[in-house]
Amino acid sequence: MEYIPNIIFAIILAAGIGYFANNVRKLVRNINLGKDLDVSDNKPQRWKNMAYIALGQSKMVKRPIAGILHIVVYVGFVIINIEVLEIIIDGLFGTHRIGHSILPSALYGFLIGSFEVLALLVLVAVIVFWIRRNVIKLKRFMSSEMKGWPKSDGNIILYFEVVLMCLFLVMNATDTVFQGYNSGNVISQFIAPLFDGLSTSTLHIIERAAWWMHIVGILAFLNYLYFSKHLHILLAFPNTYYGKLTPKGQFPNNPTVTKEVKMMMDPDADPFAAAPEGEEDAVPEKFGASDVQDLSWVNLLNAYTCTECGRCTSECPANLTGKKLSPRKIMMDTRDRLVEVGKNIDANKGVFVDDGKQLLGDYVTDEELWACTSCNACVEACPVSIDPLNIIMQMRQYSVMEKSAAPTELNNMMTNIENNGAPWPYNQMDRLNWKDE
Amino acid sequence: MSEKLIVPTMAEMMTQGKTPDILFWVGSAGSYDDRAKKITKAFVKILNKANVNFAVLGTEESATGDLAKRAGNEFLFQMQAFMNIEVLNAYEVKRIVTCDPHSYNCLKNEYPELGGNYEVLHHTQFIKQLIDSKVIQIENSTFSGKRITFHDPCYLGRANSEYLAPRDVLSVLNANLIEMKRSKSTALCCGAGGAQMFKEPEKGNKDINELRTEDALETKPDIIATGCPYCMTMMSDGVKVKEKENEIQVMDIAELIASAQNL
Repeated sequence: MEYIPNIIFAIILAAGIGYFANNVRKLVRNINLGKDLDVSDNKPQRWKNMAYIALGQSKMVKRPIAGILHIVVYVGFVIINIEVLEIIIDGLFGTHRIGHSILPSALYGFLIGSFEVLALLVLVAVIVFWIRRNVIKLKRFMSSEMKGWPKSDGNIILYFEVVLMCLFLVMNATDTVFQGYNSGNVISQFIAPLFDGLSTSTLHIIERAAWWMHIVGILAFLNYLYFSKHLHILLAFPNTYYGKLTPKGQFPNNPTVTKEVKMMMDPDADPFAAAPEGEEDAVPEKFGASDVQDLSWVNLLNAYTCTECGRCTSECPANLTGKKLSPRKIMMDTRDRLVEVGKNIDANKGVFVDDGKQLLGDYVTDEELWACTSCNACVEACPVSIDPLNIIMQMRQYSVMEKSAAPTELNNMMTNIENNGAPWPYNQMDRLNWKDE
Repeated sequence: MSEKLIVPTMAEMMTQGKTPDILFWVGSAGSYDDRAKKITKAFVKILNKANVNFAVLGTEESATGDLAKRAGNEFLFQMQAFMNIEVLNAYEVKRIVTCDPHSYNCLKNEYPELGGNYEVLHHTQFIKQLIDSKVIQIENSTFSGKRITFHDPCYLGRANSEYLAPRDVLSVLNANLIEMKRSKSTALCCGAGGAQMFKEPEKGNKDINELRTEDALETKPDIIATGCPYCMTMMSDGVKVKEKENEIQVMDIAELIASAQNL
């Protein structure tokens, strides 16, 4: 009978981790629905970017208030989670504060003491975050795409963190053994008096309850990630690693088009030649992207990484002047559609069954697509190297090359380029006239 | 002032057996847009004064295809690119300078993969080199003490991280350079990029160039300096919308330098 808590703990732990692992598998599968993109180049620079941008939070502090508060929560969360290790060992083996018996007590006191200080700081930061979203109502959290689930999601994450930090501190405060060490209880010693007058056994029950809820809460939070924008705490790392290394202005040249153009311009090419062996039935590759499967896997990783902070949208010239385009919404739409496609595959035994929908049109409208000035402000603003512009450009390619659906004025401009090599209807022979004017 | 511009073409140079040190890529705006042509001429005056051995392609130049690419017509872009690369490579061009950040970005970043490898400079970078090597020297600048604010073109700044060259060039004018609240990497676009120049904006509550002009007006400038023919159009229009065209000039950096040299 005495092993029942250990067994229950092991079951909860296995279930928590197992369900998460299963969802991670789905996540990876969904990301891999994207097209191949070779990002194996320049590994040293990629590691450096990950170290600076994700680990070092270098772009977060471009906005100092949010940036510093975020660092508090980030450092706090990472470091406090060392405590989880002790909780897991205690839970599995029925020990109590195993760390105290294996580590020098001064070190143990120092560790728990820093966790307590960080827990308090995280609590304060998270409360400020909540106030920014719900009381001050910062503009970037109030956009139209932030209504409903995205708004709740943002708050649920904050509530999770508040509850977890409180449970951690209460657990320490009501742990008579720990308070007895009188080392490391830097914050909890001030919470302990709240429980004065309670019997030791009541304290023990509160401590156990806090301990269990803390670990269950952590597992629940872990599993919440898959359904939340909070995935960024994991994906920011690969996302910054795979982020763009070339100058921001360099848009990739579409290789499918290169093949076609080269064939057109090759005087020896035979347009009626039979397809090479094995390629007879190959479906000609689509130009650009109309749905998530046409995007690259890095675009899809970007979508899962986006934590909807809205820095991109708050810098977007189109959005700032009241246009519908919001780079954040482009990322959210991409993820929503990807999740929908993923569920479709799950429901249809591993094969995607056409549902008559696509990213372009059903999620992102032409009006949004054509409002972009390609200025790269969104890309510059993103603290985790997301590139909404790349997705916009791929969808423009689809609109123009597959659907001939560019705005009329742009079609005129392009016709001019085709005919006279300039966007205006002027004769190419007049190109040097300025010299003598 | 009315000295005739010396603008040799690559073809002329070739028949004379000469090789220019650098090709001046004029670009479509610089060739046909009335306002941008003034920038082109100002830059040529600087080149002539500095005795730079340059040439243009003239009627052999064609749109880079940048506009088509940003509009989603990758096909047309690559057609233009292959055509231009054929011409550029036939003349064995090694270095290119252009007053248009969009051409600069396209030639520098997007042509190499298609077979066009050149050292490409924006005209502000080239002018900076001329200043650094003392080929251009400005004394008694007519802009001394004037309030100048520089609007970063997206395709020079954010797109290619060149924030210093235009500012270094402006600094020789002995003027009072004032930054807008949004500048360098956070500069606001003028509204012309991504082929917006050639279409009506989507529905909104303001035009982008108007918002950007407001940024500039906050610095109480005498002159708004630009380094892009499209920014020139947008900022000039913005200043007109704000009815400030009698007080505030919008000038390209090439025009400022040419004017400071009394060219």
